[in-house]
Amino acid sequence: MPSNDFRPTATWQNLQRRADLLRRLREFFDNRGFVEVETPILSADTVVDRHLDPFSIQIAPPGGAPHSATDGTSAQSASLADVPSAAKRPASNPQSEIQNPKSPASRPPSPAPHSSPASRLWLQTSPEFAMKRLLAAGGGRMYQVARVFRQDELGPLHNPEFTLVEWYQPGEDMAAGMELTSDLCEAILGRGPAERLSYAEAFDHFVGIDPLSIDNQQLVAAVKDCGIEPPASLDLNDRDVWLDLLMVDRIQPNLGVDRPTLLYGYPASQAALAQVQPGNPLVAERFELYVDGIELANGYHELLDPAELRRRNREVNAQRLADGKETLPEESRLLAAMKAGLPASVGVALGFDRLVMLALGARSVAEVMAFPIDRA
Amino acid sequence: MASYNTSEFRKGLKVQLEGDPYIMIECNFVKPGKGQALYKCRLRNLLRGTVLDRTYKSGDSLEAAEIEEIQAQFLYRQQDNFVFMDNESYEQYELTAEQVDDAWKYLKEGMLCSIVLYNNAPISMTPPNHVVLRVEYCEPGAKGNTATNVTKPCKVDTGAEFPCPAFVNMGDLIKIDTRTGEYLERVKE
Repeated sequence: MPSNDFRPTATWQNLQRRADLLRRLREFFDNRGFVEVETPILSADTVVDRHLDPFSIQIAPPGGAPHSATDGTSAQSASLADVPSAAKRPASNPQSEIQNPKSPASRPPSPAPHSSPASRLWLQTSPEFAMKRLLAAGGGRMYQVARVFRQDELGPLHNPEFTLVEWYQPGEDMAAGMELTSDLCEAILGRGPAERLSYAEAFDHFVGIDPLSIDNQQLVAAVKDCGIEPPASLDLNDRDVWLDLLMVDRIQPNLGVDRPTLLYGYPASQAALAQVQPGNPLVAERFELYVDGIELANGYHELLDPAELRRRNREVNAQRLADGKETLPEESRLLAAMKAGLPASVGVALGFDRLVMLALGARSVAEVMAFPIDRA
Repeated sequence: MASYNTSEFRKGLKVQLEGDPYIMIECNFVKPGKGQALYKCRLRNLLRGTVLDRTYKSGDSLEAAEIEEIQAQFLYRQQDNFVFMDNESYEQYELTAEQVDDAWKYLKEGMLCSIVLYNNAPISMTPPNHVVLRVEYCEPGAKGNTATNVTKPCKVDTGAEFPCPAFVNMGDLIKIDTRTGEYLERVKE
């Protein structure tokens, strides 16, 4: 049977409406004095997050070693070779690369081998680092519509490659970020301004516990009381994942149902790149936007302290190791930018595919993107 | 022993859980904000038909169940057991009335069915989607009545009864959809 999977999963009408929504979104930001920026999708730096797994590639450094393929042993050193991060290869070893006897005869002339090892670059999980570097260098209000990549995220609401709208409001705080997020949501979806609900209020209301003060044993008991069968592999002290179980099962489906909900005040252990609330070390100045139980956006009152970022990176990498994942680079140009001085700001990232999905009443992101990963 | 990682989880996967074979009938990927990726799965016990809900986190794995599906023809019924033969190996398999369940209504000698084996023992069978059966008894048909919305019970050569349109007569061959038990059409010899 002829294969039919060349066809898009979205109708042409949905793609037209997607284009309209993108135009409206750009108008929204343009009218508010934001500058649209573009930053690298491929970078030496990547966000260090316990639950975000970036794709990486090896890339030959520009102006590598001079051409020296004279003896027919020219290794095929692909300049853009996909390297699965799980099977991390040791830095390229010329001895092992010239073993392929078929290489010169059966392939078109390949690029010269490089004496210096290829460097590893990361497909961005969000344009956050680069945009903050622009802020540190004096950039003003800015937004970006970026393609981003996250490994192993696949489902009705996930595709490993997707479109993220990210913006920064320098000199503004979390309340201002939430207000703009609500305005954008209203402008595009027309479902009224967002209600505000704190993380603690949500847990109190939907589960009946205080997520900030409950001890680990009581938390485990609360999960089981809800009839949730936890993963057998889950450590009893892995507090945030136990909270996530309740979040996914009991809370998220109830958020943004009547009108959009802004959930704010996450536990400090889930701060990622947000500041901790002044005077309350348990709570991070982080928020998320929900519509119809679907998470649409995530915002931070941005962390400014490079020492604190370093500490969090170390902690995250220790967790990643315990999770059986590879560690991610702790050093980055963002740290340099923070040392040079990052202005106080609020930054938000919004999943554009999901926004379109909700605007069109679709049930999966595949209905609003031309070619999801299995047809990419 | 083969196993499946969460990234391989999908509907239809057959896995070993607490000593029994299960089939994954639903698998939903969920990820709260910046949180742990979770797979909310619904699994049906292939021996008992009971359903379980389980949550897995990314990186977890499940053992693959030793499940195999073969094509076998129905030979005969022996009291409460149904005997099938694998057309390739000539191996014979006996299924209980409970395992055959409602499918007895469609079973005729020589019919090619699919049989699920767990650790090489049969646990369930599925008849072909469409089967042709002969009507052995029914009330006489009303001549000229071609309406299909009025039905009458027709007893067929397997001993089962199916509601058929009024124009069906004794001796007719009728095609039945085994997934719904619905009459589809009359067929010629």
